[in-house]
Amino acid sequence: MTKPLIIENLQVTYDGFHALRGVSLDVNAGESFGLVGESGSGKSTLLRAVAGLAPVTGGTITVNGNPLGSTRTKAFYRDVQMVFQDPYGSLHPRQTVDRLLLEPLAIHGFDDAERRILRALDEVGLGSSFRFRYSHQLSGGQRQRVAIARALILEPSILLLDEPTSALDASVQAEVLNLLEQIRRDRDLTFVMVSHDLAVVTHMCDRLMVMQNGAEVERLTAGALAQQAVTQDYTRNLLVASKGFVRP
Amino acid sequence: MTLLTVENLRVQFPTRTGVVDAVRGVSFTLGRERLGIVGESGSGKSQTGRAIMGLTPPHARISADRLEFDGTDMLAAPARERRALRGNRIAMVLQDPKYSLNPVMSIGRQIVETLRTHERVSRGEARRRALDMLAAVQIRDPERVFDLHPHEVSGGMGQRAMIAMMLITGPELLIADEPTSALDVTVQLDVLRILDDLVRDRGMGLIFISHDLRLVSSFCDRVIVMYAGRIVEEIAAMELGNAKHPYTQGLLNCMPQIGADRHPLPVLERKPEWAS
Repeated sequence: MTKPLIIENLQVTYDGFHALRGVSLDVNAGESFGLVGESGSGKSTLLRAVAGLAPVTGGTITVNGNPLGSTRTKAFYRDVQMVFQDPYGSLHPRQTVDRLLLEPLAIHGFDDAERRILRALDEVGLGSSFRFRYSHQLSGGQRQRVAIARALILEPSILLLDEPTSALDASVQAEVLNLLEQIRRDRDLTFVMVSHDLAVVTHMCDRLMVMQNGAEVERLTAGALAQQAVTQDYTRNLLVASKGFVRP
Repeated sequence: MTLLTVENLRVQFPTRTGVVDAVRGVSFTLGRERLGIVGESGSGKSQTGRAIMGLTPPHARISADRLEFDGTDMLAAPARERRALRGNRIAMVLQDPKYSLNPVMSIGRQIVETLRTHERVSRGEARRRALDMLAAVQIRDPERVFDLHPHEVSGGMGQRAMIAMMLITGPELLIADEPTSALDVTVQLDVLRILDDLVRDRGMGLIFISHDLRLVSSFCDRVIVMYAGRIVEEIAAMELGNAKHPYTQGLLNCMPQIGADRHPLPVLERKPEWAS
C-alpha cells in the first residue's frame, strides 16, 4: 500500500531565507505524525508547503502516490485539508456557518449539501442550532469545531493540523483533542499535526519529529519520549521546559 | 504586611441584552508574595486585574466593599491620584508585546517616557536607567535594543522590554496578565525566571493571571481559582494536588501529560451550581 505522504529533501526559501533546509519524512496510512519545535523552526512551513501555500525550491512531495508539482489540483484539495491555528482569523467574518460549509461543497460539486452540512455539524458536536450563526457569535472552541467541520465536509483522507488548539483554553483544548482523535478513528484519517507543545503532540501522535532552524533535530516515537529516551540536547531542553517553572 | 485588600469586588457591563456580571464578589488580600489567579476565558480573572489597575472601560460599573492599595481607597481616590499610582507603584505586564507596545516609538523611548512621567529625571539619567533596566531583564545588547522598534524584535525580547518598562519605576505591586502565553515554551521559562528574580530581589507583590494552572502553580505561592466571576477555591500552590473543588481538579486533569496514556482526555464538567 502506498504511503499517503512522502516528503524528500524538501526546501523552502523566502527571499533568500531558508525556512526549510532539506527535510524528509514519510507518514503511514491512518497514522498521526507530529512536528514539534519553537517559532521559526519551520514546522508550520512544512505543512504549508504540502498544502501549496509556501514557495518550494527543492525536494519532492508525494501524496497518495502522486508527486506534486508547483500547482495543486482540485482533487488534491478534496483529499488533503488543513485546519489553521487561529480560529478567529480562519473563518470569514461575514459568512454564516452554513455559508462557510457550503462553499467547499459548491466548489467541488458535491450534491446533497443540506444533509452533508447537518452531518458535519453533528459530527463536531455543534448541532443544527449553530447553522445560521456568524463566527463572531461563537466561542474560540466552537469556531475551531466549525473549522474542523469545514475540513471534514469534503471527506479528505489527510488532515493537516497547524497548532489546532494553541489559541484555546486548556479545558477547551481537551475537548477539541478528543474530537480530533474520535474523528481519526471513525474515518481512518491520516493526521500531520504541528504544535509547540510537546505534551499535546505526544498525546495525539504515534511518531514525531523535533525541528529547529528549518531542519530535523530528532525523530522518535511517543513511547520513547515518554520514557525520556531522547538523544539530542535540544529535545531534552524542550522536555524540561514542558514540565513548568522550576525555581533554581 | 498587606499591600492590597480586595473585598467583594464586582464588575458589571451593561449591554443591550442586559447586565453582564464579569466579576461577582471577589475578595482576597495580597502581601509581598506571588499570587496566581487562574480560570478559563470569561472567568473574570483579567477583569479582576484590570479593576485593581483602574483600566476597566468607563461604561462598566465597579463596586467593592473595599479596594485598598497600601492604605489608599482606590475607588474613592480622584483620577489624578490613581494616575500617579498607575505605572508608578502599581504596574501591569500584558499578554502580547506585539499589541501592547507602541509600534511607532522605539523601545528605549517608551521606557524613558514611562520613567519621566513619574519621576523628574534628566534625559541622560533616564537613558542610563533605561539601559540598566534592559540589562536587568537580560537583554544582551541594551544599546542596540534601545533604538529598535517593537516589530524589529522577537516576542521574547518584546516581552522583556515590556517587563523592563513596567519595572523601571520600581513598583510595589506588579500585575502580570498572561505574560508568557504568546511565547515559546523555552522562552517562557526565561521570562519567568527574570520575573521571579526581580520580584524576589525587589520585594514586590505579584499577581500572575493565567489559564495554565500547572504553570501558575509552579511559579506562585498561592493560587486563586475563578469560575464565572467568583472564587471557587483558594489554595497554597504546594497543596494543589489536594485541591478539593471539582473545577480545580478538572483544570489540572484536562491537560495532556507526557507519559500518561489517557484516551480520551478527561473533559471539564461545568456545573451551574458552582456559579451560584
